[in-house]
Amino acid sequence: MATDEDLAARDAVLDRIDAWRKRAPKLTDDIVTMAHGAGGKASQALFEAVIRPAFSNPILDKTDDGAVLDVPAGHRVAVSTDAFVVTPRRFSGGSIGDLAVNGTINDLAVMGATPSALAVSLVLEEGFPIQELREIVADVAAAAAAAGVEIVTGDTKVVERGAADGCYLTTTGIGFVAVGNPLGASSVQAGDVLVMSGTLGDHGIAVLVARGDLALGTDVPSDTAPVHRIVAALLDAVPETRWMRDPTRGGLASTCNELAGVAAVGVRLTETALPVRPVVAGACELLGLDPLYIANEGKILAVVPADRADAAVAAMASCEFGSEACVVGAITDEHPGLVVLDTAFGGTRIVDMLVGDPLPRIC
Amino acid sequence: MVDVRFVDEYRDPELAKVLLADISQLAARQPPRKFMEVCGGHTHSIYRHGLEALLPESIELVHGPGCPVCVIPMGRIDDAIAIASTEGVTMCCFGDMLRVPGGTSTLLEAKARGADVRVVYSPLDALALAERDPTLNVVFLAVGFETTAPSTAVTLLQARERSITNFSVFSNHVTIVPPMKAILDSPGFDLDGFIGPGHVSTVIGTTPYRFVSADYGRPVVTAGFEPADILQAVAMLLRQLDEGRCEVENQYKRVVPDGGNPRALALLAEVFVIRPHFEWRGLGFIAQSALAIGPSFVAWDAEQKFAIPGLRVADPKACQCGEVLKGALRPWECKVFGTACTPETPIGTCMVSSEGACAAYYNFGRYSPRARIPVRAD
Repeated sequence: MATDEDLAARDAVLDRIDAWRKRAPKLTDDIVTMAHGAGGKASQALFEAVIRPAFSNPILDKTDDGAVLDVPAGHRVAVSTDAFVVTPRRFSGGSIGDLAVNGTINDLAVMGATPSALAVSLVLEEGFPIQELREIVADVAAAAAAAGVEIVTGDTKVVERGAADGCYLTTTGIGFVAVGNPLGASSVQAGDVLVMSGTLGDHGIAVLVARGDLALGTDVPSDTAPVHRIVAALLDAVPETRWMRDPTRGGLASTCNELAGVAAVGVRLTETALPVRPVVAGACELLGLDPLYIANEGKILAVVPADRADAAVAAMASCEFGSEACVVGAITDEHPGLVVLDTAFGGTRIVDMLVGDPLPRIC
Repeated sequence: MVDVRFVDEYRDPELAKVLLADISQLAARQPPRKFMEVCGGHTHSIYRHGLEALLPESIELVHGPGCPVCVIPMGRIDDAIAIASTEGVTMCCFGDMLRVPGGTSTLLEAKARGADVRVVYSPLDALALAERDPTLNVVFLAVGFETTAPSTAVTLLQARERSITNFSVFSNHVTIVPPMKAILDSPGFDLDGFIGPGHVSTVIGTTPYRFVSADYGRPVVTAGFEPADILQAVAMLLRQLDEGRCEVENQYKRVVPDGGNPRALALLAEVFVIRPHFEWRGLGFIAQSALAIGPSFVAWDAEQKFAIPGLRVADPKACQCGEVLKGALRPWECKVFGTACTPETPIGTCMVSSEGACAAYYNFGRYSPRARIPVRAD
């Protein structure tokens, strides 16, 4: 027969276990293991120790399976998603964390939407250092805060060593776009002009330099940045803006080709007007690359009526990340479907879609 | 700090106007002229800067065989794929080579199937990789004319000096003079002069081209790669013809010494031997036109180290790269240009490299810039 004393002692043990179980799980590992993706205590520990402190906000802190957002009256929902696999994960001017936020925000922004919330998914390779994960998560949090969006939900998966290259990120963005937003390729017409919000090719060359196999004794910072404030300033100053894109992979050339294709117009670029940093031009010259095809991660290309070009440039230039905005070309009906460049030397040439990938895994 | 000085001044539109006025004046006094730019670098520059549309209509530029990627026969690509697919081999090559079609496949496809194929910017990068990781068996796929052969030679010397044994070179180096001679000898040859290669000439000098003017009565002007260089070379060729001269002239004096680079030539002689014959894409076998790795470097010669199939693969029937490389056919006159053969799905090598005449036409000048795209009026 158990005595009262025995029972009390047993209760004390059970209480202790209970208290221990209620304690927040503590992350003691310094590398990611398969357990961190299993959905159990280790997953919870990783979330509580690394992710929640960085991203914390009332919606995320509910730790539900998803997030429920209010849609402002008179608006529709815009969604965009992007995966990020850049190597190396850190480069001059940014990291995979900055890119993952800015890349998705920018896709929403050029739809004419105001970015509001992000979902973030992490795919981690077994053995990935927790310290580097903290740094990436901190970059994501800082970029989101700078852009004024919240991370409202997410997911973490772990794969065996060798099944991924360290860390991949996917972000899905939700934005709100006013009903009646007129942006669209169909309104682009001959005579309109193309305005670029800044220099070409900075991101692609930054990543290339960061890979270290060029032995270029120079620093080229990436242009990774959110563009939604530039977009807002532009739409505010020039509501007649016809169309916008962020020229990322494939650069300005590919974006212009997409426009020429969908709008069935000719695009005429002026080589002497293209803004390219001397260091980017030099690196391209050495490597046989063309800045027209090199990725940007914080720029927009907008089509506006010719008589609103100055206003568009001024609006962009008034924003952070837009100070080097300029007109780079015009829309013509002379060669529909084709992008043509007036070369600095006085000749002309076609600027076609790129074949293959000169710089793989840059975002 | 990278700097584009020494480039911009050769892209000055004011200079272009002066040169073009000169060319127009000279051309007006002559029958229509056809000049071949031998080097793919010139072809690329001509299209990149839109020079064709600037020249008078009586001047036609014909694109020559000097594109290293274009002249590699399919059989050699199959050999490279066979080496790359050998267990434990890491194949290093320039990015251009990945998409060159072999008999049935490309290096890019071999990579996707599991071969370890890596892009490098220099043979020295491949050697450094071998030195860093002795467990790898690194092979460098060497292509190019006398321009790139010296850097392969330096790499082999360093490999020997540092006793790096897990490194070898699959040499596909070729020489520029034999194909020029083949073109001069080909039936129906009707060119009026040559814009001579620039970078090749920094190594071999201008003397090796003397036979072109002496034996074949055609002027040669070696030229740089900036648009003003090329226009000036055209003007120099026209002036020679106008004055009844036929010489080898050097427009690219800032880089090309007439006697070439004796140190580079000595390096080539030390490391390589001339092959008795070598197959050129579309041009067939040309005697003494390529460089094999010499006896002192056998240990670093991939052709000795690996069992390579060495099979000759006939060019696809539809492909007319050979005629394009000889300048007998303009790229857009090829039956498959722009339809079956495009940069995405090239049949012929000329459609692969950015220096290939067909790719340059397709990407920059499609069809005829004169016919299709109105020239800016100013």
